[in-house]
Amino acid sequence: MSQSASIPEPSRVPLRGRERPVAIEAAAVARNAGCALELDWVDEIRINLSAAERRVASLPGRRTVKNEAQAAWLLKAITCIDLTTLNGDDTAGRVRRLCAKARQPVRADILDALGFAGRKLHTGAICVYHRFVAAAVEALDGSGIPVAAVSTGFPAGLVPHNVKLREIEASVQDGAEEIDIVITREHVLTGDWRALYQEVKDFRAACGHAHLKTILATGDLKTLRNVARASMVCMMAGADFIKTSTGKEGVNATLPVSLVMLRMIRSYQDRTGYKIGFKPAGGISTAKDVLNYQILMKEELGREWLEPSLFRIGASSLLADIERQLEHHVTGRYSAFNRHPVA
Amino acid sequence: MSVAQYYETMEYGPAPEADTEARAWLARHGASFGHFINGAFAAPADGKHFATSEPATGKVLAKLAHGSAADIDAAVIAARKVQPQWLRLGGHGRARHLYALARMLQRHARLFAVLEAIDNGKPLRETRDLDIPLAARHFLHHAGWAQLQEREFADYAPLGVIGQIIPWNFPLLMLAWKLAPALAMGNTVVLKPAEFTSLTALLFAELAAQAGLPAGVLNVVTGDGATGAALVDHDGIDKIAFTGSTEVGRLIRQATAGSGKSLTLELGGKSPFIVFEDADLDAAVEGVVDAIFFNQGQVCCAGSLLLVQEGIAENFRQRLLRRMETLRVGPPLDKAIDMGAIVDPVQLDRIASLVETGVKEGAQKYQAPGELPQHGCFYPPTLLWDVQPSSTVAIEEIFGPVLVAMTFRTPDEAVMLANNTRYGLAASVWSETIGRALDIAPKLLAGVVWINATNLFDAGVGFGGYRESGFGREGGREGITEYLKPVVWSGRKPRAVQPAVTETDEHAGFALPTIDRTPKLFIGGKQVRPDGNYSRAVLSPKGKHLGEVGDGNRKDIRNAVAAARAAEGWGRATTHNRAQILYYLAENLSARGDEFAARIAAMTGLTAAKAKAEVDAAVSRLFSYGAWADKYEGAVHTPPLRGVALAMHEPIGVVGVACPDEAPLLALISLVAPLIAMGNRVVVVPSERHPLVATDLYQVLETSDVPAGVINIVTGKRDALVKVLAEHDDVDALWVFGSKEASAMAERLSVGNLKRTLVDHGLLTDWYDAAASEGPILLHHAVQVKNIWIPYGD
Repeated sequence: MSQSASIPEPSRVPLRGRERPVAIEAAAVARNAGCALELDWVDEIRINLSAAERRVASLPGRRTVKNEAQAAWLLKAITCIDLTTLNGDDTAGRVRRLCAKARQPVRADILDALGFAGRKLHTGAICVYHRFVAAAVEALDGSGIPVAAVSTGFPAGLVPHNVKLREIEASVQDGAEEIDIVITREHVLTGDWRALYQEVKDFRAACGHAHLKTILATGDLKTLRNVARASMVCMMAGADFIKTSTGKEGVNATLPVSLVMLRMIRSYQDRTGYKIGFKPAGGISTAKDVLNYQILMKEELGREWLEPSLFRIGASSLLADIERQLEHHVTGRYSAFNRHPVA
Repeated sequence: MSVAQYYETMEYGPAPEADTEARAWLARHGASFGHFINGAFAAPADGKHFATSEPATGKVLAKLAHGSAADIDAAVIAARKVQPQWLRLGGHGRARHLYALARMLQRHARLFAVLEAIDNGKPLRETRDLDIPLAARHFLHHAGWAQLQEREFADYAPLGVIGQIIPWNFPLLMLAWKLAPALAMGNTVVLKPAEFTSLTALLFAELAAQAGLPAGVLNVVTGDGATGAALVDHDGIDKIAFTGSTEVGRLIRQATAGSGKSLTLELGGKSPFIVFEDADLDAAVEGVVDAIFFNQGQVCCAGSLLLVQEGIAENFRQRLLRRMETLRVGPPLDKAIDMGAIVDPVQLDRIASLVETGVKEGAQKYQAPGELPQHGCFYPPTLLWDVQPSSTVAIEEIFGPVLVAMTFRTPDEAVMLANNTRYGLAASVWSETIGRALDIAPKLLAGVVWINATNLFDAGVGFGGYRESGFGREGGREGITEYLKPVVWSGRKPRAVQPAVTETDEHAGFALPTIDRTPKLFIGGKQVRPDGNYSRAVLSPKGKHLGEVGDGNRKDIRNAVAAARAAEGWGRATTHNRAQILYYLAENLSARGDEFAARIAAMTGLTAAKAKAEVDAAVSRLFSYGAWADKYEGAVHTPPLRGVALAMHEPIGVVGVACPDEAPLLALISLVAPLIAMGNRVVVVPSERHPLVATDLYQVLETSDVPAGVINIVTGKRDALVKVLAEHDDVDALWVFGSKEASAMAERLSVGNLKRTLVDHGLLTDWYDAAASEGPILLHHAVQVKNIWIPYGD
């Protein structure tokens, strides 16, 4: 078990990672091969903020799920959670506790009552810093739960480019199957799409078999148009997922930002045929929040995007609220946090 | 389905809102209602009832009283009796009541929302999130106007008793739009809800009484068209405010013509939804959903005519069809639907038959594939693609979830197609280029324009149509004035009938004669002979032959209207330019003041001093409108969103003006100047008795750089010419100052294209009293307000 934070040489091939099966349920989803940088696709993007806000504001009134449907949707949401810890005081012990929760996210008696006894239900992934990848991989051994590593100088992404590539490779070597990279916001803010494209393309190459999630840090990009353009460039460069936030920006995932990213995913699919995943992260902490995201996914992209192969939610405290809601569904009584094992 | 099954399918599942409370309310009334008159439910005088049913199931909901003329009479008497007390309560007192009504709506919001959804068939989402909150906002906003009334509308008085007839598409919201401003300003009301959807009005009346609204201030009489007609015809009504079909609007205009009843009409539309190549196309697709699939498309301002730029048309069609795949139609109380039920089988049949016609006439039909409930009154969201302007469905208002689409090539063509309709209610413009969007908005003949948005409403922003979509505004300051009258006009007395004058025989001697002048007509900037080539003698009060003027006929009016229509550039001229020309007119009139004074004296028999005073007053009046030309501005509204609504004052267009005999110069100037100051073009029929002062003006107009066609003058038999103007469908407004009969005729015949009319009912205006005859009192009628909604953000 390696807990070394040292950066391996780029020449070292991350064999261990390569040999592992890809646990992400990607069988039906052809991996994005990317395409040449098409600047026209970027230039023609028009986003109207007020209209985007209206769409997301009216959606909860247009769609809702209740009772059995709601319980099912929340269970599904659990399978999409990238259960995350990204704190300065993380330790291997802390990460192991998180992994245990990822394996068994809901109390067995509640699953029984929901008719899910004996079914395998776990979170979408565990998401940690590189330092804890190996610990997590070990803790999750045999579970099929992939480990995602935030990378490339997360969260600001301002370390040297070659260091970023080595960080990715190190995480892959330690067994990370998903790499959550941060883009250089400067490329977006200055409209340097070629630089952004090349950066992400390099990251993708460094990932090898591991899936690439590109964090746009939408709170830093400010405008929806920037978000949309950055989304499109990242997908052209080979992103498997586009992700809103590190959780460390002033504003993290929001529904309007998500709407715009989903529309870009659709547009990219129309042009290339590739289905790209989406991961909102940061600030999604209640069952009600996550249902709104799920509804948005289903309405904008369709049923397929409700599965962990194409939808992840970066969250740390969301699961606890979902557990309470599920217990309420089962018992009809409002639940309390202390009735559910912590992550 | 089990949790496990939902887990596999990830379907939404049923999410019904409980209707227990609403059903309990119906049950408390034994599912049978009387009218609400003088603070209590009252059985119909003739004992007749009719059934109202639930569109989603077809089941009868309740029995409603059928209002007869006797019921209307009782309601009007009740309203009349308390109106003085209601007025005496003062602005603050009424503000307290309106505030209480707003709070009452908020307290009972869910009951209203559920009852409305059951009764109308529209989704609970809409009643709960839009109709009811906006209704409450109307009362709150208008509580504010009541509070400010003494300060802001000191020169105005309430009209009295208002008859209000509202439609079935937004039953409670339309009640609020009508009731709030009327009550705020001290009027009392007799309201007739639509026969399909009367329940929330009855609930409102009941709860309003509980909230302390005095008896008689609001009376609700239920019934059908006959009940409405009885209300329209009732002598005790001072104003009719109507929202509904253009067809019924015309009947009301005819029925009230000459009665002195004030009238506002909010009618149908075929509102364009214009998508430019530089739009956020996904946003525009979502806009379509909000435009035409909102309230099942049963919205007067629904964006029902999609105009999409040719280069992106196919792209847009694909996106729209994909969006339609996910639309859900279902029972109104289901909280996971986009569309509910059509209000009535009659309406459903009409929609289906129009769609069939559209397909026969060449349209490609696409319908949302989602399932419809098996029973009840449902119609799928429908797109008719590749429709030609000549197709029935491009012309007729369908009033259902049917979008009709055609393409355009250039912004000019988009405007042309958008305006190629009799209607002019609303328009929606989608472009991310600010210069383009703000250039297109003023060119659209519509009372409301939404930029990158659609179907936005607010109590503080005027709503109402251009052209055959009606007249008058609801909401904001624009709407308030519809429930007031100028105090200064209240004391006007009937004009005395002037005795006929017979020509005296008077033979000229051998003194050197003045050189003969033949006054012609003034059309398109040229002096032209009358088409019929007859003349009319102009006599002094003592019968002296003063000259002859052309006897204009209908063809002269036709030519004058054509010239005025062609002079459209005047409406786009800068206000500075129009001001300058008005000042210049004053300058040139003043220079020839003596000549005009002499002419007035000779024609009217006034003393020289009084005649000079009239000329001076006319000069001053031109100055006033030179002043107003760049100062009678619109407003910037701040509705509750990130953005603004610009209330622009726009010219009405071509306006016919019939001048009275008194003060022949001053009255003419008083009527023409405000119109042209605001960018209208006029066809003036001067005083029949004293027309020479108008024909003398030609040279003043010519030397003052008034562009050709802006002012056209046709002399002749006044009321005969008024008739031609009233019947001319290319005349947008008609001002008639003269006889009572001419006023009535003008109103009655204006229905062809629903012209805006301003008539004096034969009451004499004091043209020397600036308060009665100058400034906003007339400028208000010389413009129509267009509200351009501009949500912004990046």
